[in-house]
Amino acid sequence: MDAFLSSSPPVAGSDPVRFSGESCRISGDWSVQTLASQGVIAEREQAMARAQPHTRWDLSHISRLDTLGAHLLWQAWQRRLPDHIRIKDEHRLVFEKLAEQSDEPPEPAAENRLTAAVIGLGERVLRGARHGGALVVMLGQLVIDLGGFIRHPLRGPWREISAQIYRTGAQALGITALVGFLIGIVLSYLSASQLQTFGADRFIVRLLGVSITRELGPLLAAILVAGRSGSAITAQLGVMRVTQELDAMRVMGMSLSQRLILPRVLALALVMPLLVLWTDVMALAGGMLAAQVQLDVSALWFIQSLPDAISIGNYFIGLAKGVAFGITIALVACHFGLLIEPNTDSLGRGTTSSVVTAITAVILVNALFAISLSGVGL
Amino acid sequence: MTDAVTLAPIVAVKDLRTAFGDNVVHDNLNLSVQPGEILSLVGGSGSGKTALLRQIIGLSEPAAGSIEVFGRNLHRLSPIRRRLLSRRWGVLFQAGALFSALTVFDNIALPMRELRTVPERLVRDVVLSRLAMVGLTAQDGRKRPSDLSGGMVKRVALARALALDPELLFLDEPTAGLDPERSDEFVALVRDLHDQLKFTVVMVTHDLDTLLALSSKVAVLAQKRVIASGSVQDVLRVDHPFIKTFFLGERGRRALAPLMPEELLHGKS
Repeated sequence: MDAFLSSSPPVAGSDPVRFSGESCRISGDWSVQTLASQGVIAEREQAMARAQPHTRWDLSHISRLDTLGAHLLWQAWQRRLPDHIRIKDEHRLVFEKLAEQSDEPPEPAAENRLTAAVIGLGERVLRGARHGGALVVMLGQLVIDLGGFIRHPLRGPWREISAQIYRTGAQALGITALVGFLIGIVLSYLSASQLQTFGADRFIVRLLGVSITRELGPLLAAILVAGRSGSAITAQLGVMRVTQELDAMRVMGMSLSQRLILPRVLALALVMPLLVLWTDVMALAGGMLAAQVQLDVSALWFIQSLPDAISIGNYFIGLAKGVAFGITIALVACHFGLLIEPNTDSLGRGTTSSVVTAITAVILVNALFAISLSGVGL
Repeated sequence: MTDAVTLAPIVAVKDLRTAFGDNVVHDNLNLSVQPGEILSLVGGSGSGKTALLRQIIGLSEPAAGSIEVFGRNLHRLSPIRRRLLSRRWGVLFQAGALFSALTVFDNIALPMRELRTVPERLVRDVVLSRLAMVGLTAQDGRKRPSDLSGGMVKRVALARALALDPELLFLDEPTAGLDPERSDEFVALVRDLHDQLKFTVVMVTHDLDTLLALSSKVAVLAQKRVIASGSVQDVLRVDHPFIKTFFLGERGRRALAPLMPEELLHGKS
C-alpha cells in the first residue's frame, strides 16, 4: 500500500528516527503519504520525545518532507530550530518559513398525439423503475455502511446524527402535537354523535385508542415529517450539489452514503417511533377532552380504561410503523436530493417530487402493514 | 514541438472519447502532462475543457479511451485505491466549492482530519501555516465561507486543495470572477507556491493574462481533440482559426505583444 501511495520507495531497514548516543538521525519519508498510516505519527513523536536540548539532529537523509512532516518535527523541537543540526538547504528553508509564522493562539476553531402519449407513458414507467432501482441500490449501500458503522462505531458520523435527531425530532414536537391534538378532537367529536345514537358511549375509548395508536398516530406523524424533514433533506442535498460541495466530498474520497445518507436514515429511524408516541398521546388527549364535553365521559375514567382498550400488540405495531416510515422518508428524500441538478429549478422540482413520493411510499408501506398484520391485536 | 521528453508523464490521456447523449465532445483526444509543468487547457466554450478535467480527477467516466494519473488507470481502480490515489492531488473548483457548513479553518483542516490519523494539535499548526501561506490570518479562519469575498474564497480553496501537499494541482478557471488586481495577486500566489512546493499544475482558463503569466505549456482544445500543445510560441505557429481568434484578437495582441514574432504582429494578416 505504501509503495502504491508514495512515488519514492521507502528506505528499507532503517528507522525514521534513530538515536545513537547524543545524536538523532531522521531519515526516510516524512510526507503525508507515509504519516497518514495508522499510528505512524504517534510512533515518531514517541521516538523523538527522548531528545534533549543538546541532541545533535541529522536530517540530511530525509527523502521527502512536506508541511505535515515539517510541523511534526517542529513540534518535537518546541517550535525552534535546534542548535546542532545537519540539514539540506531546501529543508532548512521550510523550517525558516515556519519560524517566521507568528504563534497566535489558534481558535477551535412533433409526433402524432397517440404515439406521443404512449411514449410519454413508457418514459414515465421507465423513470419510475429507475427510481425504484436506485432506491434498492441505496438501501443495499446503507446496509453495507451500517455494517461499517457497527464495526467502527467511534468513526461514525455522530455529530451529524445528533444534529439530525434534533432537527427532525425535537423541532417537530410542536407541529405534531398541534395536529395530533386537533385530529383527536375532531375524531372524538364525530364518533361521539354516532355512538350516542346507539347508546354505545363507553366504546369511545376503545375506538379512539385502537384507531389512533395503530393507524392515525403513525400516519399523521409520518406525513408531517415527510413534509417537514423530507423536503429539508432533499433541499439540503440539492443545494450541496448546486454549490459543488458533493463533488468536493467525492474528490476527497468521502463516501456520500456514509456521511450524508446514513446519519439521516438512522436519525429518522430513531426519532419517528418517538414522534409517533408523542402524536398518539396528544391525539388521545384531544379525544379525551372532546369526549368529556360531548359525552360526559370523565377524564379519569377515560385514562383508566385506556390500558384495556389498547392491546400491547397495537402499541408495538404503531412503533414498528414509525421505524419503517422514518427509514422510507429518509431514503426517498436522500435519493431525490442526490438527483438534483446544479440549478435552482431542478431543486424546486426535486423537493416537490421528494415529498409527494415520500407520502405515497408511506401510505403504501402502511397498506403492507395493514394486510400482513390484519389478524394481530384487533 | 516540446523538449525531448524522458520522464514518465503524471497525467496521460489516450484516445479519449466523451459523449453526452449524441453530442460527442472529445474524440481521439490525447494529452500528457510532465512533472513540474504548468499546463493550461484552452478552448472555446463547449469544447469540453471542464469535462476533460472532471474525467482526469475521476468525477465522470469517459466513454472510451484511457486516462492515467500517476501511471494508474483511474477508471479501473477499486474505490479504495482510488481514494488513496486522490490524496495525491488537490482540486480548486471554479466557485471554490468550500463547505458552507464549516468555517474556513475547518474547511482547510478537513482533508487532514479525514485521514483520521493526524492529531488535532498538528492539524491546527498545519492549517495555520496554510492560511499564512495563502496570505490569510488566523482571524480569517473563524469566518464562514458565506462571509468571504471572491478573492478570499479562491485563496481558502487553494489552501484546502494544498492541504495534503499534493503532487498535482488542478485549477478550474482560477481567476474567473476576480477583478484584474485580485487575479494578478492570485496568479503571483500560485507561481510562488509552485516555485516553493514544486507541484504539477493542470489549469483550465479563459484568461489570457493568467495563461501567459503561469503556464509553461498550453494545450488547445478544438474540433474534439487537442489541436496544438507546447509553449505559447509553438502554439502561435499553428494555423487554426480558433488559435487566430483566441490569441490574435485585440486582447490577445495586447497581452502577447512582448512575446510575438514580428511577422505575426505586423505582417500579412
